[in-house]
Amino acid sequence: MSNESQTMIEVEGLTKLYGDFIAVTNLNFSVKRGEIVGLLGPNGSGKTTTMRILTGYMPPSEGIVKIAGYDVLSHSLSARAKIGYLPETVPLYQDMEVEEYLSFMGAMRGMNNNKIKNRIDEVVDQVSIGHYLDTHIGKLSKGYKQRVGLAQAILHEPDVLILDEPTIGIDPIQVVETRQLIKEIGKDHTLLLSTHILPEVSALCERVLIIHEGNLVAEDTPENLGEKLRGSEKVQVDIDGPIADVTSFLRSLDGITGVRQTEMGEFVRYVIDARSGTSLLESLASMILQQGWKLLGLSSVSMSLEEIFLQLTSSDFEEERE
Amino acid sequence: MRNTFIIAKKESKAYFSSPMAYVIGAVFLALTGYMFVSSVSNPFPEATIRGWVVTSTFIFVLWSPVLTMRLLAEEQKLGTLELLMTSPVKDYEVVIGKYLATLLILIGTLFPTIWYVILLYWFGNPDLWPLLTSYLGLILFGGATLAIGLLASSLTSNQVLAAVMSFGLLLLLTLTNKAALVTVGLSATILEEISLTAHFDDFARGIVDIGNVTYYLSVIGIFVFSAIRSLESRRWR
Ligand SMILES: Nc1ncnc2c1ncn2[C@@H]1O[C@H](COP(=O)(O)OP(=O)(O)O)[C@@H](O)[C@H]1O
Ligand SMILES: [Mg+2]
Repeated sequence: MSNESQTMIEVEGLTKLYGDFIAVTNLNFSVKRGEIVGLLGPNGSGKTTTMRILTGYMPPSEGIVKIAGYDVLSHSLSARAKIGYLPETVPLYQDMEVEEYLSFMGAMRGMNNNKIKNRIDEVVDQVSIGHYLDTHIGKLSKGYKQRVGLAQAILHEPDVLILDEPTIGIDPIQVVETRQLIKEIGKDHTLLLSTHILPEVSALCERVLIIHEGNLVAEDTPENLGEKLRGSEKVQVDIDGPIADVTSFLRSLDGITGVRQTEMGEFVRYVIDARSGTSLLESLASMILQQGWKLLGLSSVSMSLEEIFLQLTSSDFEEERE
Repeated sequence: MRNTFIIAKKESKAYFSSPMAYVIGAVFLALTGYMFVSSVSNPFPEATIRGWVVTSTFIFVLWSPVLTMRLLAEEQKLGTLELLMTSPVKDYEVVIGKYLATLLILIGTLFPTIWYVILLYWFGNPDLWPLLTSYLGLILFGGATLAIGLLASSLTSNQVLAAVMSFGLLLLLTLTNKAALVTVGLSATILEEISLTAHFDDFARGIVDIGNVTYYLSVIGIFVFSAIRSLESRRWR
């Protein structure tokens, strides 16, 4: 097995139940050495659960998880030794100084004092927290706390880096900086990161796993996913006519999958989701006029990444897949 | 083993670098000092430390819940427990490391009381043996109260709740002694046997009874073991 193609994270049939509640269902995926993979899904979709199982915090209910070849159940300590982990709530001792905290975490990972010293120098540079080594962690801003969390995760040069929503809860400027930092770190790590923000995976990841209600619903490169999703389009029409009639008429048209209306005073604005290839835009205007309603505007709307994501994880999309 | 010491070091360092450590140390010295002075300033003073040693057990019942409440509860609250439990460290190493730290803190807080012993030697002629057994008893008694606090702290992420739980249990285990006085027969024996305080008096008198030593070591063993199991069980929730 060559080094490049080595599988660093291997997940087979992973299922996790909390009591009777199924949080994650039969996940299958793998991450190769050097890859940067995003786990994308809305809140409550099972990202944290999955990561907690990968990192050995909790056991799977069913399935096999291997980190760098070590089973997280039967060879837990060896598997854990390979991982650098930044949990969703950044785990910091508020009354410790930054350097003290990093030393402690290094020691917990079995590093010797010399190694710890050298590595602290390096990572502190990498995440730019050199000025804060003697600062109590509790006094740092959220963005800087996040950096300390990242420093902790990469300190022992882990084979696999797992970051759970690394930009959640920090201010927008620091989000940009943190993403840049993660991008840098990703250059020489195998990285699995979770997020519920689509642009974040587009910006950082080579491959995306989309998780929804505990199921993997899609897996591809960010570019390809975008392509696939362009299979639908959105049209906005402003009409002066009886709302109920217009709505039911629009819904009855072939290829239309959804209609939302907003009253704008003089007229009503309808936003229509349609399958692409129906050339709706051309025929729609004349059809509306035929009904005797006033057409005040008609335009095509491009979907934002968030909308694409919503659509990907909506039940429509699942039906299409099946 | 190494990991246990790393955790013990971190934990005791955190304690001794906070001002609270010195406030508690001062209060402890003031209380025991007062008891010491009043026990040696009666018309027929004995050259013993029994006067403050018994008082110390009551101080431990109050202090141990406070000292131990944050041990694991705070880690849960901060989320740092997740990091400890995903580090290549065994769960029992974490728990035992924390326990050793509190034991170290207890011994560190007792240390200045050596001053009373020096005073006794200065002005009188005390027996060495009861002094030594008293300290042994204090460490065993304190160790038992700390183990109880440790378990309470492993059960919740709420420090106050942890303190209340361990204080409640400690109070119960010290009061069974008194309850034994008003009961007879088997129940009196049982109440006496499980009482934390009943097993202590001999130590203050210079008697090392193997049953008493076994009692405290068992309490320590049972509660530390339960704390380990409690932590392990978090993974399965
Ligand atoms: N310890 C737990 N006990 C019970 N249910 C849980 C627990 N942790 C998470 N869940 C539930 O499992 C689902 C997935 O949660 P989570 O993995 O945290 O999702 P995400 O990280 O994607 O937001 C959610 O419905 C959540 O409420
Ligand atoms: Mg989460």
